[in-house]
Amino acid sequence: MARLTRKPLWRGAVGLLAGLYFLVPVAASVIFTVDVPGQGFTLDAYSGIVSADGFTDSLLLTLELAAATIVLVMVLLVPALVAVRLGAPRLRPVLEIICSLPLVVPSVALVSGYSSVLRWGPEHLSRTPLFQTFTAVQDKRFPFVLVLAYTVMALPLAYRALDSGLRAVDVRVLVEAARSCGASAPRAVLQVVLPNLRGALLNASFLTLALVLGEYTVGALLGYQPFAVWIVNTGGNQAQLSVAVSVLSLVVTWMLLLVFAALGRPRDRSRSLSRSRRAGRDAAAPAPIAQEVA
Amino acid sequence: MTAATASTKATTSAPDPADSSTATTVEFRALSKSFGATVALDGLDLTARPGELLALLGPSGCGKTTALRMLAGFERPDSGQVLVDGQDISGVPAHRRDAGMVFQSYSLFPHLTAADNVAFGLKMRRTGAAERRKRAHELLELVGLPQHADRFPHQLSGGQQQRVALARALALRPKVLLLDEPLSALDAKVRVTLREEIRRLQQELRITTVFVTHDQEEALSTADRVAVMRDGRLEQVAAPAELYDTPATAFVAEFVGTMNRLPGVMADGDVEVLGQRLPVRGAAPAQGPVDVLVRPEALEATADGEGRSRVLTAAFHGSVTRLTLSLPDGATVKADVPSHRAATLPAGATVTVTLPQRPVLVDGPTA
Repeated sequence: MARLTRKPLWRGAVGLLAGLYFLVPVAASVIFTVDVPGQGFTLDAYSGIVSADGFTDSLLLTLELAAATIVLVMVLLVPALVAVRLGAPRLRPVLEIICSLPLVVPSVALVSGYSSVLRWGPEHLSRTPLFQTFTAVQDKRFPFVLVLAYTVMALPLAYRALDSGLRAVDVRVLVEAARSCGASAPRAVLQVVLPNLRGALLNASFLTLALVLGEYTVGALLGYQPFAVWIVNTGGNQAQLSVAVSVLSLVVTWMLLLVFAALGRPRDRSRSLSRSRRAGRDAAAPAPIAQEVA
Repeated sequence: MTAATASTKATTSAPDPADSSTATTVEFRALSKSFGATVALDGLDLTARPGELLALLGPSGCGKTTALRMLAGFERPDSGQVLVDGQDISGVPAHRRDAGMVFQSYSLFPHLTAADNVAFGLKMRRTGAAERRKRAHELLELVGLPQHADRFPHQLSGGQQQRVALARALALRPKVLLLDEPLSALDAKVRVTLREEIRRLQQELRITTVFVTHDQEEALSTADRVAVMRDGRLEQVAAPAELYDTPATAFVAEFVGTMNRLPGVMADGDVEVLGQRLPVRGAAPAQGPVDVLVRPEALEATADGEGRSRVLTAAFHGSVTRLTLSLPDGATVKADVPSHRAATLPAGATVTVTLPQRPVLVDGPTA
């Protein structure tokens, strides 16, 4: 009995400590941005964000890069994971190791590799069509090379999210059931597997988005100015503005997390074939397991 | 008796379904399949007749599920053919095979309601929404779940999920219905109800059905014919009663129902057992000791103060009581007696055990 009553206390203490660990720095940041010595409370740092030089460009660029990275990660990972589960389960550990490798490669080393290739390419491929490709991926307006780098860095996160989603459904049985209902293999994956991975897809997307929003090293060392680089650069001469932007980006990230979590909930029945019976069904909700029709 | 002769015998003795004019014939012809060093199917020859429910019965690893999956199009044979109405469909992809399937594990699409699950195949065929809705409700009514059309799979019990899966499998009016141990995940009571339901539907729709199971009771009570498989081969195919009463091999005899092994000795083509001389059915060695295979209900136990056998235990099973008997040579056997007679045969009673004067199956020399 004593153990039972003490348990919530421990939980509360741990929760409080964790909360303080996360909230104190955030609270300090907020105070730093709104309490200017000599002026008192002011929101100038926040009102100045939109008009700050480079804010909109860097934020839009980062969101575009994030969208492209999410698409590329999904296009690479989802078919690979599904194919391995359906056709070659023994390759799963291999895929897991490959996707986990970026965890042990520091960003600086990754950038160093990219820089070498980007330097080597134009010198040796100047007379081939690939030269244009090397130029295009480094275009300042949309540096696709960053998408490539972010994709590699997002692989471990996206892999875990998608893998846990796939563990929750029996992909093989679902695909076979769909095929026995007349769906081709690609259609079975698109119409049966993917809808049941919605939560995992959203989680993977969110983690990728969060990574791209906060990534500094690769962007800075390759000479581009995505959002994180802009924050650091701005912080050099406008400390309060840069901290205000950090706080804002944190809030935006949390809001996106909430949106993704809401989207990831099971679909309601509004699109069901049988919506005409919805009213009757809802009256019985929450639906208990109906008695066995036996 | 070989599988081939067993098959021939069964073919002549099993009843035909009421109307098989439009139903489909399924044939496995010399079907072989290996997974690495494991032989799953070893030259399987088997035919499901139009409109019949054929059960594939056997222990784990006997190849019954592999055969079904080949018919469904999920596995390719190493050699041999799968024929539907005489057409070789070995190269036809699964989604064009016109075979509805119910799986062992719950296979409903979790993101769709029961009605949407049933209508899924029709959607794949680009049937209009109104027609899909109508057909889905018809089928849900057929399986007794019209009021559950809007429920999602997680809101249905296991039995209900399998009913919906059955409705989904029938939605496209397939030529063949494939059942891959659809009842094995259900509790005993639901299993009995649902297997009766499946049988009723199958007979009503007169659809050729292949039903994989490892549960002999399920196979015997549901199927028109039962094919017993072992190590990728067909051991015997016959109607349930024939399979039970006159098993072709010792394996079938022991796999289907309970079987006693009594020590006997071959003599001039007959076998001497329990002091009786009985004719032998099927292959047997010319001389020497053998095991005589006898069902518990074939053993006659009579109370006898001077009998040399003894009742060890008596277990009440409703209409019959199963006695465990110790024979004079120390062997232990089971015998079923009508329960109203069991009062005269309590544990410890001495009895005389006899066999009816009918041909018996024997198995190899005793070790």
